[in-house]
Amino acid sequence: MSDPKIDSGKRTWIIASGCAGAVGVGFAAVPFVGSFQPSERARAAGAAVEADISALKPGEKMTVEWRGKPVWIIRRTPEQLAELPKVDGLLADPKSARKPDELTPLYARNEGRSIKPEVLVVVGICSHLGCSPSDKFTPGAQPSLPDTWAGGFLCPCHGSTFDMAGRVYKNKPAPDNLEVPPHMYLSDTRLIIGEDKKA
Amino acid sequence: MATYKEAPPDATAPQKLLNWVDNRFPLSKLYNEHLGEYYAPKNFNFWYIFGALAMLVLVIQIVTGIFLVMHYKPDASLAFASVEYIMRDVPGGWIIRYMHSTGASAFFIVIYLHMFRGLLYGSYRKPRELVWIFGCGIFLALMAEAFMGYLLPWGQMSYWGAQVIVNLFAAVPFVGPDLALLIRGDYVVGDATLNRFFSFHVIAVPLVLLGLVAAHIIALHEVGSNNPDGIEIKAKKDARGIPLDGIPFHPFYTVHDIFAASIFLMIFTAVVFFAPEGGGYFLEYNNYIEANPLKTPAHIAPVWYFTPFYSMLRATNDLMVNVLCAVLGVAGVLGIVKGGFGAKGKLALAIAAIVGVVLLKAFDAKFWGVVVMGGAVIILFFLPWLDRSLSKSIRYRPSWHAYVYGVFVFFFLVLGYLGAQPPSDVGNYVSQIGTFLYFGFFLLMPWWSRMGTFKPVPDRVTFAAH
Repeated sequence: MSDPKIDSGKRTWIIASGCAGAVGVGFAAVPFVGSFQPSERARAAGAAVEADISALKPGEKMTVEWRGKPVWIIRRTPEQLAELPKVDGLLADPKSARKPDELTPLYARNEGRSIKPEVLVVVGICSHLGCSPSDKFTPGAQPSLPDTWAGGFLCPCHGSTFDMAGRVYKNKPAPDNLEVPPHMYLSDTRLIIGEDKKA
Repeated sequence: MATYKEAPPDATAPQKLLNWVDNRFPLSKLYNEHLGEYYAPKNFNFWYIFGALAMLVLVIQIVTGIFLVMHYKPDASLAFASVEYIMRDVPGGWIIRYMHSTGASAFFIVIYLHMFRGLLYGSYRKPRELVWIFGCGIFLALMAEAFMGYLLPWGQMSYWGAQVIVNLFAAVPFVGPDLALLIRGDYVVGDATLNRFFSFHVIAVPLVLLGLVAAHIIALHEVGSNNPDGIEIKAKKDARGIPLDGIPFHPFYTVHDIFAASIFLMIFTAVVFFAPEGGGYFLEYNNYIEANPLKTPAHIAPVWYFTPFYSMLRATNDLMVNVLCAVLGVAGVLGIVKGGFGAKGKLALAIAAIVGVVLLKAFDAKFWGVVVMGGAVIILFFLPWLDRSLSKSIRYRPSWHAYVYGVFVFFFLVLGYLGAQPPSDVGNYVSQIGTFLYFGFFLLMPWWSRMGTFKPVPDRVTFAAH
């Protein structure tokens, strides 16, 4: 036990076999870590969904599920549209310039973030931590909102606010605007979400 | 290697049996080291019951958990109904479930008080650093356990709480979204997430927890318990090598702890029978609604034991990041002017401060919120090296130190209260102040803990026989 002489040849082999063992454990870990990834079934889910907006009245919102997430379709009133440019100065990203490829398709990079000015289509998931914001369409003072509230959405989790185009207000936890999903009109009243005409 | 010991010829049958076992397994040795001849300071007070109570709650959680798993279904389409089935149709199911849900809150009450005791009497100071670190590991494992367990009933709060916490990981720059995907196992919180959280909650984390509890106790029994005077009792021993101020754990402290356990169980069962929801704090009302991925409840808050940290997360917005930049700048300037570093040290400090500010501005406030929330827990691990006061125990520190602790505890409670409330501007400013005080308490500890006039620490523990 207390022999001070070290057999360096033996020690080299011990280290080498230890390293070989570690490499083996590393390879054995691959399938286990890999199993954390989404399964093939989860990957396959996520087809485009159709929505009929003929019954949607101005000022109303409908929700459809796409890839497990809520997608909101809102027919905005002319008053709500008129408010949009007025709040530009209060917004973090009024021109949808941040991460445009992920959040705002080319055809929605406008003031209303929509193809048709009145119809807004956004994924109703806050860009902060994934809660679904609540509707706060009525303008004016109310709890958790400023007195000059122009109408929009309030995230109940951390208080982020969004305007009627899903654009986030400044100095809020959420960094980005709400995502506009790829979508297109099949007819005047039929929308498909999850697909668009690729330019 | 011990040689085989023969039992004395006049030994009784039980003594012979014990001798037979002791020659094959160190039963008497373990009993003596941890109970019969473990000498604990004789001046323990009320604050010293929470370690034993934490063990009791751990046992309650494990036993009730085993029985819940017999009836629960970890499937997104069945989970919510299976919990209701346990509550309504399984004989005795309701009480087992309420014991488990109340136990979770009781666990955190006991652990927070146990940690506060450590803070009061400097129980983390040399040579008990590892006892404290294993304890912080237990706290972290417990948080993971509680969080994953909370998803299992698959109610609205379960779902949206998990959604928020998993998305915290997505805020990490570069690898975040992939990391969140690995945790969820799907693009949204769903069946895959529920199943893996179930696996972690019932087997993986409890195993880690038990290992850490064993390490915590082994380390404690190696160095010996601290006491309200913060005096090392091992420094004064009698002729037999037994600490003069020590008494064997059994029977003295087993009686003490059994008495505490009786009182605790009265309160615990009162909650289980009369207020199992704890006024909406132990079991949130929204969790009696099945998870709906399309609708977040109007008011969402984590369970009470996470709310102080949740407040800190919410407090971190762009304003907070700007203030942090300013604090970093001031700290850098102060360090350069007053720190007494050499030219290289000053340059390094200036560069570090500038890099810090650049990083703060480069990433979203969202990411820093996550860092603040995680940092608030991680900073506890460093406490043994942050506290540099001359006396371990609050009893012999300058009197004003008690007020520092008072302010710390007060703001921790305020943060906890605000975290359970809907977001508001005033609440947010108060949370920001609270966050600064929380971190200030720890990060400035190397300085403030040495200031003031310390009182003389006695040689022997203060103890009046009762």
